[in-house]
Amino acid sequence: MSEQAERHDLSELIEARHHRAEIVFGIISFAAALILLSQIGNQVTWVKNLRFVQQPGFWPVVAIVGMTIFGAFELYFTWRRNRTHGGGRVLSEVADWARALEYVVWFMAYVFAVPVTGYLPTTMVFCAALTWRIGYRDTRTVLLGVLTGVATVVVFKSLLGVRIPGGAVYEYLPPALRNFMILYF
Amino acid sequence: MDVFLASIEIIARLDVALALAIGATGGVVIGAIPGVGPAIAIAILLPATFALEPIVGLTLLLGVYGASMFGGAIPAVLINTPGTAVNALTTYDGFPMTRRGEAPRALSLAYGASFCGGIFSVLCFILLAPVLAKVAPMFGSREIFLAALLGMVLVVVAHRGQNMTAGALLCFGIFLQTIGLEPVRYSKRFTFDQTFLASGVDLIVVVLGLFALSQAFVLLIGRDEKTETPDISGGLFSGLREVFRFPKVVLPGAGFGTIMGIIPGVGEFTAQFLSYTLAQKTSKDPSRFGKGAPEGVIASESANNAVPAAAMIPLLALGIPGEALTAMMLSVFYVHNVIPGPNLFRDQPDFVLALYLCLLILNVLALGFLILATKPLLKAIVIPNRFLGMAILTLSFVGVYSLRNSATDCLIAAVFGLLGLVLKRLKLPVVPIILGMVLGGIMETKFRTSLPRIHSPLDFVNRPIAAIIFTMIVIVLAFHIWSLLRARRAKGH
Repeated sequence: MSEQAERHDLSELIEARHHRAEIVFGIISFAAALILLSQIGNQVTWVKNLRFVQQPGFWPVVAIVGMTIFGAFELYFTWRRNRTHGGGRVLSEVADWARALEYVVWFMAYVFAVPVTGYLPTTMVFCAALTWRIGYRDTRTVLLGVLTGVATVVVFKSLLGVRIPGGAVYEYLPPALRNFMILYF
Repeated sequence: MDVFLASIEIIARLDVALALAIGATGGVVIGAIPGVGPAIAIAILLPATFALEPIVGLTLLLGVYGASMFGGAIPAVLINTPGTAVNALTTYDGFPMTRRGEAPRALSLAYGASFCGGIFSVLCFILLAPVLAKVAPMFGSREIFLAALLGMVLVVVAHRGQNMTAGALLCFGIFLQTIGLEPVRYSKRFTFDQTFLASGVDLIVVVLGLFALSQAFVLLIGRDEKTETPDISGGLFSGLREVFRFPKVVLPGAGFGTIMGIIPGVGEFTAQFLSYTLAQKTSKDPSRFGKGAPEGVIASESANNAVPAAAMIPLLALGIPGEALTAMMLSVFYVHNVIPGPNLFRDQPDFVLALYLCLLILNVLALGFLILATKPLLKAIVIPNRFLGMAILTLSFVGVYSLRNSATDCLIAAVFGLLGLVLKRLKLPVVPIILGMVLGGIMETKFRTSLPRIHSPLDFVNRPIAAIIFTMIVIVLAFHIWSLLRARRAKGH
C-alpha cells in the first residue's frame, strides 16, 4: 500500500506527461497552419482604405498567425523532448489512430442508412452488428445492444421528439402505420 | 424578496421538477460510469434541450454537470478508476480506504464533501448576486473583450507543460469560428468555395465530435478491463456526519473550488490540487495522505463539486464561459434568445436566481439518490468499455443529425472525432478548441463594437475595469513566465 502511495504525483493533475507520437500531431498541425497562412490572400476579402483591424480578414489572420507561432514552438519542444526522453512508440500509436477510421466508416454508413431504412430498424441493426463486430458474440450481449438501440430511439425520437426524418422505406407501410412510424420511430 | 418569490415561481413547475429529477439522477449515473462523463452527456443532450424552455433545458444540463461529480466518486473509491476526470484525486485516498474495508465510509465522505462543496458555492453566488448585479453593468464591449482575452490567457497558462499546444489549439478554435460569412460585410472567409462552409462551422457539431464521437472511438479501439466491484455492506450515513468534523478541510476546499470555478480556464484540477495540498500541509500527520486519509477524499470532492455553480457566474454575469461545459450551455441560451451577460442580471435576476435554486435542489436530490441507490449503481460501473463505445456512437448520431438532418455535419463531427481521439490518446487538451471558438466569437464582436471609440491601443484600457482586467492579464503572464524560469532553474540544479 505504501508503494502505491509513493507513486502518486500531484503535479500530474495539472501537468500532463508527453507521448513521443506528439511529434506527428505537431508536424501535421504546423503544416496545416502553414497551408492556411498561404491562403490568407485568397480566402478573405481585403477592403481598400480600411484599417487592418477593421478588415474582414483581421481575425483569421490573428488566429492563423497564432496557430503558426504556437505550432512552431510546439514542434520544436516536442522534437527536443523526443531526443532526450522516452514515452511510447510512435508508429504503434499512429496505427491505433488509424484503427479508428473503421468506426468512422461504421458511423457514416449508419448516417446514410437512416433516411432510407428508417431510424428504428437501422439503429437496431447497427447496434447488433457493431456489438458483434467489437467482439461480443453471445446472444445476450447482442440483444442488449439491440435493446440499447431501441431505448435510444424511444427516448430521443418517441419521447423527446428530436428531428430525425422517417425512413423512405416507411412509404411502403399501410397509411396508419406509416404515419405512426414516421412520427415516433 | 420579490426576486426570490419570482424565482420560486419560475421553478415551481412540473417540467422543471422533472428536469431536476432526471438531471440529478442521470448525472449521478453518467458520472458513475467510467468513460462517459458530463461533457459527452451534455454534448449529446444539447440539441434535444433546444426544444425545451431555457429554464428546463438548463436545469437538465446543470443537473448532469453537477451530479456527475457526485457519481464519479463511486468508481474512484471502489475500483481506483475515476468516473469523471475530476475525480482522479479521490482515488488517492478513497481506494486505499476501500482496501482497508472502509468503502462505505469513503463513499459517504465523498458524498458529504461533494454536497458541502456544491452548497457552499451556490450560497456564495446567492450572497454575491447583489454585488454582481451592480458590477456586471460596468462591463462594456472593451471590458468583455478584455475579460475574454483574460480567459484565453488563463486557458493557455493553466495547461502547464502544454502551453504551446494549448495556444495552437486555442488559435485553431478562433480560426474555426471565423470560417463562413463574416458578420459585417458578409464576405466569405476560408470557405474554399464550398457551400457547406458558407454558414460556418457549427459549435455543437465540433463539440459532439471532440467530446462524444472521440470518446466512442477511444473506447471502441481500446480493450475491456475486467473490474470487480467490492461488496459494500453497511450504511452510508457515517461519513456524512464525519465530514463536519473537518471544517478546516471542507471550507478551504469549497472555497478553492468556488474561486477557481469563477476564474475562466482554470477549473477543477487546480482547485483540487490547491485544496489537497493545503489539507496535507495543515494536517497533523501528512504522511497519511495517499494511504487512505479521510481528509484527502474530503479535500478532493469538496473542491471539484464547488466548481459547477461557480463556473456559471462568469457565464451569467458576463456571457463568458470559463470551460467547455459552460461553453456548451451558452448555446442553449442563444437558441432561446436569452443573452447571458450584464443585461441578464439587470433584466432577469429572477431567472438567474432560479437557476441557482435549481442547483441547490440538485445537490440535495443527488445526495439523496446516492444514499438510496449506490448499491444498484455498482452494476453501471462494470459496463464493458467497447459496449459503452458502441452506445456513445449511437447516441452521438442523435446529437449531430438532429441539428439539421445533415450528413455533412455528421462527417465534420466524425473528422473532429478523429482529432479528439488523437488529442485524448496523446493526453493533449481538447477544451482550448471549444473556448477558442466561443471566446473568439465574443472577442471579434466586442472588438468591432468598441472600434469606433478606439483611436489608440491605450483607449482599450482607459476605463477602470478595463485597466484592472488588463493589469490582471499582465500579472498572469508575468507570474507564468517567472514560474517557468524558476522551474527551469530548479531543473538545472
